[in-house]
Amino acid sequence: MSQKPPTYLGGEYGMRSWLLTLDHKRIALLYLLGVTFFFLLGGVFAVLVRLELLTPAGDLFQSETYNKLFTLHGVFMVFFFLIPGIPAVLGNFLLPLMIGAKDLAFPRINLLSWYIYMVGGLFTLYAMLAGGVDTGWTFYTPYSSTYANSHVIAAALGIFVSGFSSILTGVNFIATIHKLRAPGLSWFRLPLFVWAHYATSLIMVLGTPVVAITILLVAVERLFHVGLFDPALGGDPILFQHLFWFYSHPAVYIMILPAMGVISEVIACFSQKRIFGYKFVAFSSLAIAVLGFLVWGHHMFVSGQSLYAGVVFSLLSFLVAIPSAVKVFNWIATLYRGSISFEAPMLYALGFIGLFTIGGLTGLFLATLAVDVHVHDTYFVVAHFHFVMVGGTVMAYLAGLHFWWPKMLGRLYPETLARITAVIIFVGFNLTFLPQFVLGYLGMPRRYHVYPLEFQVLNVLSTAGASILGLGFAMTAVYLPWSLRYGKKATPNPFDARGLEWTTTSPPMAHNFEEVPVVSTEAYERDEPEVVHV
Amino acid sequence: MFQDFSLWPASASSNSGSIDALYLFLIGISVFFSLLIVTALLFFSVRYRRRPGHRAQQIEGSLPLELLWTGVPLVLCLFIFAWGTRLFYRTQTMPEEGMRFHVTGKQWMWKIRHPSGQSEINTLHLPVGQKILLTMISEDVIHSFFVPAFRVKKDVLPGMYSSLWFTPTQVGTYHLFCAEYCGTKHSEMGGQVIVMDPAEYQAWLDGRPSERNPLANGALLFQNLRCDTCHTPGPSARGPELAGRFGRDVTLSDGQTVRFDERYVRESVLEPAKRLSAGFQPLMPSYQGQIGESDILDLSAYLKSLRSSRSPQ
Ligand SMILES: [Cu+2]
Ligand SMILES: [Cu+2]
Repeated sequence: MSQKPPTYLGGEYGMRSWLLTLDHKRIALLYLLGVTFFFLLGGVFAVLVRLELLTPAGDLFQSETYNKLFTLHGVFMVFFFLIPGIPAVLGNFLLPLMIGAKDLAFPRINLLSWYIYMVGGLFTLYAMLAGGVDTGWTFYTPYSSTYANSHVIAAALGIFVSGFSSILTGVNFIATIHKLRAPGLSWFRLPLFVWAHYATSLIMVLGTPVVAITILLVAVERLFHVGLFDPALGGDPILFQHLFWFYSHPAVYIMILPAMGVISEVIACFSQKRIFGYKFVAFSSLAIAVLGFLVWGHHMFVSGQSLYAGVVFSLLSFLVAIPSAVKVFNWIATLYRGSISFEAPMLYALGFIGLFTIGGLTGLFLATLAVDVHVHDTYFVVAHFHFVMVGGTVMAYLAGLHFWWPKMLGRLYPETLARITAVIIFVGFNLTFLPQFVLGYLGMPRRYHVYPLEFQVLNVLSTAGASILGLGFAMTAVYLPWSLRYGKKATPNPFDARGLEWTTTSPPMAHNFEEVPVVSTEAYERDEPEVVHV
Repeated sequence: MFQDFSLWPASASSNSGSIDALYLFLIGISVFFSLLIVTALLFFSVRYRRRPGHRAQQIEGSLPLELLWTGVPLVLCLFIFAWGTRLFYRTQTMPEEGMRFHVTGKQWMWKIRHPSGQSEINTLHLPVGQKILLTMISEDVIHSFFVPAFRVKKDVLPGMYSSLWFTPTQVGTYHLFCAEYCGTKHSEMGGQVIVMDPAEYQAWLDGRPSERNPLANGALLFQNLRCDTCHTPGPSARGPELAGRFGRDVTLSDGQTVRFDERYVRESVLEPAKRLSAGFQPLMPSYQGQIGESDILDLSAYLKSLRSSRSPQ
């Protein structure tokens, strides 16, 4: 034990060694900084939005400002936190470790994609400082292309640029998973986290170019008045929605599939079980990735698309719910006859199952044509996608961040505090978003700066919940960094988990493993020693 | 703050009840499955909590269980799909007859024109118990006409008509919202729908300053815009005769056919050369910028009325 090579954190120090690093683990930490920054930024906008909605009148901000706030909240959270979040931080760090590789297939491209992401993000930040954007994160035309007089082009350009980061990351992951698996690590021995990231990467590579082109077309119409989307210029008013949702529905799965991968790992570890129905969980990720491309029209049931298109999109949207349900049932079955303990990551994972279930079930309401007519573009939709994005993706992100924190940084966080925080976040979340389902069915439209008096009680509840939720996030933002200095040193495998990443040091050495691991067992295998070294 | 507080919206149209029933069914399904999952989760968590002398038992999986929890949700989903689609079809198919209102959306107001020609802004007075048909168009960006108490919503698009129908069943005052984000004052683009007894509605109409009704206005426009100089019966006509055309198919110069309806009238007024009637030269000028959306709708109403009176053999 005395002659260990230095960890990836040691060895070289200094800005230069970080900013020019090719180590996937260091790049993952760079992403962690970027993603955290944009999450906090998005969170501040959310707080301001909820404060304004405390009262029916628009007394805190002007309508113009309010519209910019919810737009920036959506833009930063979706494009700069949710989409890159789990893949670029946890995926980047863990994929090579999980498959026994030294690094990703293309380390330079990996670094490049971080720079592209940051440039995109900072450009959007510039748009915000220069005066903001008020189109909503959905950029519907012709409002965005002709009528809005805010910094649409700058914000759109930022998103356009960051899309390339997504594409490059996807390509990198696919190549890595195909080419760099350790000897003996066949496809069906891969951790489910890897399967989930494989499916995610397919969507990133196939879907992102479409949104990039769409954004470009909006810019072309805005700058050169070429009629594409604005009927006054000869364009088609709903073409944009088709193009936008062709990417942005699958993008929902870019956000949730990696989250599901995290949950599989955490559940397996803290119940000391292999995942029940491994192959069904693995293939359901691919099924979601494929079906996810065929359901975009469910955002347009009242847009004036044909009745028959609506029927087809409704049917396909019901079908895409099935693989998600299969995953939930398999996770529950995994708990059966397990040996379950409740460390912070597990609390987040169990919270995820409950909240994602509600998020998924309320998705059925929106897939149902006749019901969607009423709840479309109301707070019901806001509640639904926050259950999936926050109750799902953010809970899983926190589960994963806590689970692998000791591995990534070599320190243990204060466990009791982390558990209390997980409970606070769960309670705050529910109080924030459950009332919004009721608000939506009552008919409160989304993106409303002022609203009728009778909606106030539920809005006050929601804002109260948001402040509890915010407290939870703030506590995390304090004790995790605190642990870097004061936390106990982590052992290589503090949670008695399975998987190659736990067989190396915490934090890992620069080249991940001392020797190339050879795999001879299935994922999550517990009865026999998992890895033999040759 | 607790004034008018409720957890369930008013239910005031012929559609509300059936949509609420389906919604309640969905809530039932959701509560059932949420409870099932949460109960199993909590039960296993307690029963199989980690303790000394207790080891996890590895289970690979179970095909029958996988089929069960794929099959049951699938059947349920197909059932909900069928229910929702039938209801959607019934509530979205426009009836032939009813009171036709014209709705024009613009940043940030709703302009409404009653069948008898009266117009109002951001308020819509309606008689109870009548089929109401709305033909809607936007003058700028996309808006969405939303009356929660009626459970109806439809996007109002620039450059393209959309339509909506319902039958109000309860006298009362209800919210009218714009549901599609449309810019700065999006949340103030709305008002009230006031459903009245038919007699009261009539009295309300009578009390409005009399305005030209859509037919008369359409007829006047037809003259003022000099439509009649070309669109006249006879062999020397430079444009097709329009009487009796509305609602039928028109053969175009490229051999295709198109239904002569509000959409085609609007297109022909604004972009006459786009879909030209067979046998005519593209001589007609565009009226883009010279005629507003509500006038175009009136022109349509006028052409439609020509069906019965001047119908050719
Ligand atoms: Cu979608
Ligand atoms: Cu509007």
